[in-house]
Amino acid sequence: MEQKMEEYAIIDNYLCIRMPKEVDHHGAAGIRECADRMILDDKVKNIVFDFEDTTFMDSSGLGIIIGRYRKISCFGGKVYAINTSERIGKILRSSGMSSIIEILA
Amino acid sequence: MENELTRIERKQNMENQISMEFDALSENEGLARVVIAAFVARVDPTVDQVEDVKTAVSEAVTNAIIHGYAEKGGRVVMKARLSDEGELSVDIIDSGVGIADVEQAMQPLFTTGAENERSGMGFSFMEAFMDGLEVESSPGQGTHVHMWKRFVCAQEQSAPILQAAVWNRSGRL
Repeated sequence: MEQKMEEYAIIDNYLCIRMPKEVDHHGAAGIRECADRMILDDKVKNIVFDFEDTTFMDSSGLGIIIGRYRKISCFGGKVYAINTSERIGKILRSSGMSSIIEILA
Repeated sequence: MENELTRIERKQNMENQISMEFDALSENEGLARVVIAAFVARVDPTVDQVEDVKTAVSEAVTNAIIHGYAEKGGRVVMKARLSDEGELSVDIIDSGVGIADVEQAMQPLFTTGAENERSGMGFSFMEAFMDGLEVESSPGQGTHVHMWKRFVCAQEQSAPILQAAVWNRSGRL
């Protein structure tokens, strides 16, 4: 999987991940691996998923978020979804994600 | 006479059907979405309706690739039918391993792909975004997902020109 480092940034102990235009199974493994490597290497506490560029997301996106949540929540970390479009926000809320992550439009 | 002609013309345009077959590769998930979006464009659906259908198709195709063929490859068939009245039906068919307990597989959060962080929401998404869903499957016989959706005459909801403006601004296909 092609690695685009500029999509990942660490600010303080927050890992910011710029999500792609289309979040599906095809790109999920790449995001997962890259994020997990940075969580291990850089002692990240919280994760911010930035959906600014995202126009499409299916249930693979939920898998990515839940997986990262499991990795950091046991150390007291928090997960955020930011810049969510109306549709992405609706998908996240209706699937119950708002109980484990903070969703900001 | 005139009536007769209109009827024949109508009959010719009444229904459109497509069928495509592709390799069970994850890069084809996007292709299936683009094809179904272009296919339904004829009945002037809303942006949300198009996204609903794309999401459902994406889920079904992903299921075929991950679960049906265990990401080892195979062939996936997508069939779609659309009437002038806006009745859409989509079939996603694979000849993979099949599902022993369809009812269990359709439960929200049920997944056999936990190690790959599958959310177990695939069938729930299909149900939520379409009007109906039927799954036929048995071990070794592959899986046939049949789903349908009715586009409530989007033409009457907003003028086409206005819709085109919304369409372009959203930057989506």
